[in-house]
Amino acid sequence: MAEGLFKEGIVGGRLDSAQYAENFSDLHPPLDNHEALVEADRCYFCYDAPCMQACPTSIDIPLFIRQIATGNPLGSAKTIFDQNILGGMCARVCPTETLCEEVCVREVAEGKPVQIGRLQRYATDVAMEEGKQFYERAAPTGKKVAVVGAGPAGLAAAHRLARHGHDVTILEARPKSGGLNEYGIAAYKSTDDFAQAEVDYVTAIGGIKTENGKALGRDYHLADLTASYDAVFLGLGLTGVNALRAEGEDAKGVANAVDFISTLRQASDLASLPVGRRVVVIGGGMTAVDAAVQSKLLGAEEVTICYRRGQEHMNASIFEQDLAAANGVVIRHWLQPKKVISEGGKVTAIELEYTAMKGDKLTGTGETIRLAADQVFKAIGQSFEPSALNGSGPSVAMEGGRIKVDGEGRTSLAKVWAGGDCIAGGDDLTVSAVAQGRDAAESIHRALKD
Amino acid sequence: MADIRNNFVGIKSPNPFWLASAPPTDKAYNVERAFKAGWGGVVWKTLGEEGPPVVNVNGPRYGAIWGADRRLLGLNNIELITDRDLQTNLREMKQVKMNWPDRALVASIMVPCDEESWKAILPLVEETGADGIELNFGCPHGMSERGMGSAVGQVPEYIEMVVRWCKQYTRMPVITKLTPNITDIRKPARAAKSGGTDAVSLINTINSITGVDLDSFAPQPTIDGKGSHGGYCGPAVKPIAMNMVAEIARDAETRGLPISGIGGITTWRDAAEFMALGAGNVQVCTAAMTYGFKIVQEMIAGLENWMDEKGHKSLSDIVGRATPNVTDWQYLNLNYVTKAHIDQDACIKCGRCHIACEDTSHQAITSMVDGARHFEVIDEECVGCNLCVNVCPVEGCITMVPLEAGAMDKRTGKPVSPTYANWTTHPNNPMAKVAAE
Repeated sequence: MAEGLFKEGIVGGRLDSAQYAENFSDLHPPLDNHEALVEADRCYFCYDAPCMQACPTSIDIPLFIRQIATGNPLGSAKTIFDQNILGGMCARVCPTETLCEEVCVREVAEGKPVQIGRLQRYATDVAMEEGKQFYERAAPTGKKVAVVGAGPAGLAAAHRLARHGHDVTILEARPKSGGLNEYGIAAYKSTDDFAQAEVDYVTAIGGIKTENGKALGRDYHLADLTASYDAVFLGLGLTGVNALRAEGEDAKGVANAVDFISTLRQASDLASLPVGRRVVVIGGGMTAVDAAVQSKLLGAEEVTICYRRGQEHMNASIFEQDLAAANGVVIRHWLQPKKVISEGGKVTAIELEYTAMKGDKLTGTGETIRLAADQVFKAIGQSFEPSALNGSGPSVAMEGGRIKVDGEGRTSLAKVWAGGDCIAGGDDLTVSAVAQGRDAAESIHRALKD
Repeated sequence: MADIRNNFVGIKSPNPFWLASAPPTDKAYNVERAFKAGWGGVVWKTLGEEGPPVVNVNGPRYGAIWGADRRLLGLNNIELITDRDLQTNLREMKQVKMNWPDRALVASIMVPCDEESWKAILPLVEETGADGIELNFGCPHGMSERGMGSAVGQVPEYIEMVVRWCKQYTRMPVITKLTPNITDIRKPARAAKSGGTDAVSLINTINSITGVDLDSFAPQPTIDGKGSHGGYCGPAVKPIAMNMVAEIARDAETRGLPISGIGGITTWRDAAEFMALGAGNVQVCTAAMTYGFKIVQEMIAGLENWMDEKGHKSLSDIVGRATPNVTDWQYLNLNYVTKAHIDQDACIKCGRCHIACEDTSHQAITSMVDGARHFEVIDEECVGCNLCVNVCPVEGCITMVPLEAGAMDKRTGKPVSPTYANWTTHPNNPMAKVAAE
């Protein structure tokens, strides 16, 4: 037993070193060849398949599964990449249980959908391990496009633009490309540095230059880009984190869940990563679950998710909730944070108030409880930081705090498109960001042709 | 409890499930295990004449095709008759028969097509106490190149001749095993009957190549880069075999000739179907080679349960019960009208019925109704072909519903006639037999 197991406070080394590797291994291990064939045979090759309709990138799922079943995994991968060049990561992180697999007719019929996500991973793994590139660049157009942000939307846009023969420059604020794929996904969903492997695979088409450490609003302004490029795609993501609005939330030990997840993903030695003995996560989405489960996997003794509404309102899918429960995370509902209690500047507990719906309004009931905690994670949503956008020149129109775009991803500014989490009306899914990046690239291509 | 004891041309066995002459019955060790598992009888792997035995290839002897989850659907083999010494086989047969007097033990024989060869081997076999002999006129590979096996089975005159010799030189019942590699199965069956055979057994295996290696461009199974057609068997051949059994069972010349049914029998249900078409018992091989001998327990229990459920007391209650219902196309009732019906509660909306009908048939199933995904039969277009039933992954979801006499057939706009009428009297038939005015 590791010495740090029951240590008070936020410390590392709670587990034996071998335990970390086991805890953070692949959540869904890859299918081997036979498993893939058996699973592929379960697909009914539906007409006008519901799964395909449910996929934000409209991958021809019955076709790619049939290609696996007939021993053509490379053809299968091409079918996937035709619609979604980040099909490898989407296979790992898509909440398939609320997308393609939810509407699979076998889910309807027997509660056991075809494992579309794992089959997609099987096919894309084959192609990526072989380094098989399916697309050649069109003849150079001489047009230059700037892509701001190397996340899923930016990468998808860059790839499609490069295919069409445009020269793409990606400007990325962080030291590594990949966006949330690199910094924002639970480690057990993207093992073996897959996010970087995928960035390399996508940019291998050529015609894509990436400049890391270049932040919009700090190192350059939007007006600079519109002046020197033929078109600009903004895939900025969400950089703000919503506050708890609870008294004392500045105490040591209170942190953003996204920062914790990001630190964990970048850690070279998980044993050195400190985590509390008693962790409380405030929120009800995927980020809350990712932070809670990973806290538990790092050796926290008690991990509790507190969500201010009921189970049915949680953004985390049932699968994610079950995953949390299976890892020993307790999920409590109808509790909102009231006060962070500290001693000597360090958090020791959190006081929460019960909530109830009064009509259609959520209100506190006045009844409170205290949960002992030496670490509190905030996971109550992220927000778009518009300040970086409008350093100079005309401003980009916003809608509900995010960038307003039309059906093709065009912003209010000429030559400027946007996609991914930073635009209004999105669903904060990787796969949707890919679709928006891809479609904006097609729109840019049409505009540049004229 | 149903009585499933079997008496096939005087050969008694506790059940109608025999193992066919094949690798599972090549030696005492296997046959002892089969009898312990409960098999009613075996047809010992084919004996050849005295002298140095045949040799087999030392590369692959089998090829296969598979369905979902690598379920074996069809097997092909290029193994020859027994490659063990005749005396060894005879000695073991005698011992096994002594050990298992209540089980059927039949000797399969294949010797050159001359009277002396048959005359020589029959007494040797008789001496073992075997219950009968089966003449292997079916084996389609290797032996046929030497003028035996299917080379005999494809020439009705030879069949008749050899059967006659056998009837002349042994008191044992003679079962003539037929090859399906012919145009009309009734011809060899008639010949066997003319020769005096006690029964026929069918089918033997079908000439086949199971696959081609697309790297080496060699047929499979591949022996040092080459392949030869093998004999195909297993579940995939069952429909072909059943048709041939029925053809013989209903042929005017061979009607009543006992038949031992063979061909892809895997479950009790398969066995019951063969028997309903006229087989007096059945022989199994591929299923045992796939799953082992234990499957006979399922076959015995399944057959008994079904017979009990339906009130069939003995095998004679079921043998041949479906034969009268096998007829020629020209006698099918053209006034029988069915329409497909989709049970909307059972439908899982995969759309396969729609696309099959839309792309390849009669455009008689919707895909969208009032903007919603909905699959429904359009009676005005449905010809009752049953394709949708066959492609639907949900059993019982789509059914063919017969229209009552007098009901309107929306496709033709005419009421369904209550009277039976077939092609022989149809006005479109130039050969129609029109009733005299």
